[in-house]
Amino acid sequence: MNEKYRPLIATIGVFIALFATGGMLYNNFLSTLVLGNLLTDSSYIIITSIGMTFVIISGGIDLSVGSMIGFVGVCMANLDAAGWHPLASAVLMLGFGTIFGMLQGLVIDFCEIQPFIVTLGGLFMLRGSCFMINLDAVPLRHPFVDEFANVAISLPGGGVISSSAMVMFVALFAAILIAHFTRFGTNVYAIGGDRTSAALMGVPMRKTTMGIYGLGGFYSALGGVIYALYTSSGYPLAGTGNELTAIAAVVLGGTLLTGGVGMVAGTLFGGMILGLIATLINFNGSLNGAWIMITSGVLLFIFIVLQRFLVGSLRMGSNSA
Amino acid sequence: MWAAVLRGLTLVSRIQLKAISKSFPGVRALDEVDFDAAAGEIHALLGENGAGKSTLIKIMTGALQSNSGEIYLDGKPVTITSPADARRQGVNAVYQEVNLVPTMSVVANLTLGKQPRRFGFVDWSAAKEFARNRLKRLSLDINVDRMLGSYPIAIQQLVAIARALDDDTRVLVLDEPTASLDTAETKMLFSILRELKAQGLAIIFITHFLDQVFEISDCITVLRNGKAVGTVRTSKTDLHGVITLMIGRDLGQTKKRKYNTHSNKDVPMLIAKGLGRRRTIAPFDLELRKAEVLGLSGLLGSGRTETAKLVFGAIKHDSGTLMYNGQQMSGNSPRQSLRLGIAFCPEERKAEGIFAELSVRENIIIGLQMKRGWLNLLSQSEQERLSNEMVKALSIATPDIEKPIGQLSGGNQQKVVLARSLVSKPSVMILDEPTRGIDVGAHAEIINLIRKLCEDGMALLVASSEIPELVEFSDRVMVLRDRKIVGELVGSQITREKIVQTIAGGN
Amino acid sequence: MRAIFSHRAIWPVLALALILIVDGIIAPSFFAIRIVEGRAFGNLIDILYRAVPTGIVALGMAVVIGTKGIDLSVGAIISICGAVIAWRIHAGDPHVVILLLALATGLLCGLWNGFLVAILDIQPIIATLILMVSGRGIGLMINLLYGGTDPSFESALLQGLSVGHIWLVPTRLVLAAGIFLGLWLLMRKTALGMFTEAVGGNAAAADLAGINSRLIKYSAYLISGFCAAAAGVILTADTHTSDPVSVGMYIELDAILAVVIGGGSLSGGRIYLGMTLLGTLVIQTLTTSILTSGLPPEYNLVVKAFVVLVVLLLQSNNARGLLFAVVGERKK
Repeated sequence: MNEKYRPLIATIGVFIALFATGGMLYNNFLSTLVLGNLLTDSSYIIITSIGMTFVIISGGIDLSVGSMIGFVGVCMANLDAAGWHPLASAVLMLGFGTIFGMLQGLVIDFCEIQPFIVTLGGLFMLRGSCFMINLDAVPLRHPFVDEFANVAISLPGGGVISSSAMVMFVALFAAILIAHFTRFGTNVYAIGGDRTSAALMGVPMRKTTMGIYGLGGFYSALGGVIYALYTSSGYPLAGTGNELTAIAAVVLGGTLLTGGVGMVAGTLFGGMILGLIATLINFNGSLNGAWIMITSGVLLFIFIVLQRFLVGSLRMGSNSA
Repeated sequence: MWAAVLRGLTLVSRIQLKAISKSFPGVRALDEVDFDAAAGEIHALLGENGAGKSTLIKIMTGALQSNSGEIYLDGKPVTITSPADARRQGVNAVYQEVNLVPTMSVVANLTLGKQPRRFGFVDWSAAKEFARNRLKRLSLDINVDRMLGSYPIAIQQLVAIARALDDDTRVLVLDEPTASLDTAETKMLFSILRELKAQGLAIIFITHFLDQVFEISDCITVLRNGKAVGTVRTSKTDLHGVITLMIGRDLGQTKKRKYNTHSNKDVPMLIAKGLGRRRTIAPFDLELRKAEVLGLSGLLGSGRTETAKLVFGAIKHDSGTLMYNGQQMSGNSPRQSLRLGIAFCPEERKAEGIFAELSVRENIIIGLQMKRGWLNLLSQSEQERLSNEMVKALSIATPDIEKPIGQLSGGNQQKVVLARSLVSKPSVMILDEPTRGIDVGAHAEIINLIRKLCEDGMALLVASSEIPELVEFSDRVMVLRDRKIVGELVGSQITREKIVQTIAGGN
Repeated sequence: MRAIFSHRAIWPVLALALILIVDGIIAPSFFAIRIVEGRAFGNLIDILYRAVPTGIVALGMAVVIGTKGIDLSVGAIISICGAVIAWRIHAGDPHVVILLLALATGLLCGLWNGFLVAILDIQPIIATLILMVSGRGIGLMINLLYGGTDPSFESALLQGLSVGHIWLVPTRLVLAAGIFLGLWLLMRKTALGMFTEAVGGNAAAADLAGINSRLIKYSAYLISGFCAAAAGVILTADTHTSDPVSVGMYIELDAILAVVIGGGSLSGGRIYLGMTLLGTLVIQTLTTSILTSGLPPEYNLVVKAFVVLVVLLLQSNNARGLLFAVVGERKK
């Protein structure tokens, strides 16, 4: 059992180390205020990354998640202008995200086209639709948006767990249940671990694939909802590049890009590490945003190289070489 | 039918196949095969490549449907329509490649698709209980939470068997279960099989390890060329008898032919001394001389391909030396061998031979091109000339040389791979199953080609499972058994019977 | 009939023809070319003009995809090259040297990618992801090296290459043609193309045939890096400013699409250089057609996605089977 949790422990370790570094470098860093803000700012991307975790564990990839965030935001803003309650439009968008994802999964399985290409088409379609609806940002004016922002649990030390973060934790909990306590979840791990064996063992390939990408679509839509509420606007360029960030969060969380190994809990910390890097660099006024990208890249590199050489020991003893 | 008579009517037939025939386009895989495995019996199924073993198994397990014949389970006639259907009826198979997911835990593997649930969620403690019970049946007590891949293959295989053993399993088919196991692990597997046998299961055991057949089986059926050529009780036969069944007998006259003999003054082109690789081939000595064909013989799994690849450098040796024309070859690799003039034709053309999308022409000249380096491209006309020459010489059936090779038939693909080696005019050719997949009529062409190349001065090392052909074109034959060279036959010693004796007797 | 449709190359040609026909129906003036002040203008010229950067990147991408790999970092490489150009111009280097430096930077990035893929054996999609994530940051850093406040510059040489013209033809077209020719010669007049296709098609067979797979893969990423750098020179000089964050955004995706539309398979094998350029033209023609048709430019991405998906669906045997079979779903 121990080896299963090793990547997770490693990720948590990196997070704590980074947090501690921040504490050493800056005053007032080691506070729940910073932690709370970190969670709030990163919640939408972590939610999206949770969905991406399922996709990557199955051995696939979903490039459409960033565009989904933008599309959902734009739709919600327009529905808001038409008088809809944000919760109602949220439910609609979640449904849409799920169906869109399932369609992607169907095309991937039936047409036997690689996930990279299919979800790339999804990216273009969603992003393009954003522009077709709106060219500029549209605000969300419904009073619910403020109510939502005000819901928060106070922590000792001044920090808060905002509603966004709460939604994220609920979403994470649900994901953990799905991944580790449902037949579907085990099937996802099976497909990612050894696709041929999974099929031979009777895993329903088409249904599971549709479910995987449907889940990815659901979570990226949820991420879009949270982002729209968080920024109280629908911005057609929202989420640009977020598919990359999500992939990075998943990898930093200990999930192998080759599939079969990983935990959604790890993605939480992977996303927080990315957010922490940004926070650390912003705290230091003199470093510019470029450092965020470079540091993320370096961390990613270290993780990937480590993964590469650890996989060798993981597969030891198994037939497939 | 007569098999049951042989065993006495006291044993209950578990699974019986009567007069099973199966044909594929151009080949009759099974010809009126009778097969009968009894309850409480371990029944070994033997045969060389192409004998029909895997086809028979696929029919038993529902992966294929026979063209004619009947299947009976416990005396009742049944039809098996699919692998899932076979499982339902109590026929389960475990294959050599452990078809499980190594990155998942043991319990996840054992319960995939059928985990016990509580309120819609998987009940892992119940699942673990289920897993442990299944494993207990095989006397296995391991931590089911650990990743399957962290266990040695022997354990993984047992887990695969545990998964295949439903409570109502009547017939268990094991396809090459010991191929990746060492001696101790094999012993463990065997004691478990004896346990299962005592529980009334019929176990069908496919293997190429003849020693193991005599250690564990009660009964042996041998297939050859799609026919069941013999069913015997293990106790009533011996190694020699079984091998004779597998390989067949000489039908009287042996062709008189001239063997290339060599005086001691001839310096061998290729000398291998103590060449070997742990867990692959035991260290051996080998000499290849000009104008000579050295055959590599042995049963399936004896290590023919590995030996050939070791000599070529496709498998790295960890002991011994290789010398070419008197020069020691340090750290041999395919590239080095090719540069020196040693060519290799692999057995698995699809996996290791052809570049499916590339044209016949490109497939033919690519080896020669490699020797010339990437800068010095052969002119289009030169490529065409060489390719057309080869097409003619080997009678390759293709409308034109620009066709992607993937569209050619298997046999013709094989010829193209052969052509690739020939075009670079090597002085040593290593061939692994050169007639595999080539229609019988064309075999003679290949054999003649081998003899002609030999007469023109080439040194040839040919690994083959086709004993009669080996006998026809070899000047010397080295015999392999269980990854070891066990004997060498020279000149007129090369007969089918002698080969059988050497395989059987070699220890 | 069916045989024609199963040839991969037919689709980009058909797609292009279809788009142009629709254009012709909507606005016959689409095809007009006029000569003003010694250079050619017109939609067709415009298409070619705008397609150049993506086309060059797509050529390099085609080679990498041939080895069963992929290069997601080309956008980042463009960004880095642009920053290097701005930096060295501000430092006062001769512009010819700067041009060579930019190209060398691309080769250096290719060296890095090749190292990860060919030596460390990391999966290409993961390996190039690293540079993709950090590359633009590196570009921003380089911008800082010379103060970073004003990344714009003037360069007669570079801008001439990018936006200038030779006789009637835009210079960059000549450049693109030159790079295409160079690559074509490299791939088809040496054995490099055949070896690359062999390595991508069947790695095991390539090793047995003595081909140096590592070296071949390495060179593929070098080529891709070089092409990205060339595109970077053109794009950067076009705006005569270094904008590491947004230059070449999504160009890797367009390039991959161009290769796939052109018949290349993501699982390695045949490299279709010419077809890849055709694929680029399909994408660009689509974009320009939408612009000139009066449809809001926002429709661009969606229509592009739609057409691309249709082309891919038609390339997929299963989907085509479904289409051609009148009765339900054909079993595989």
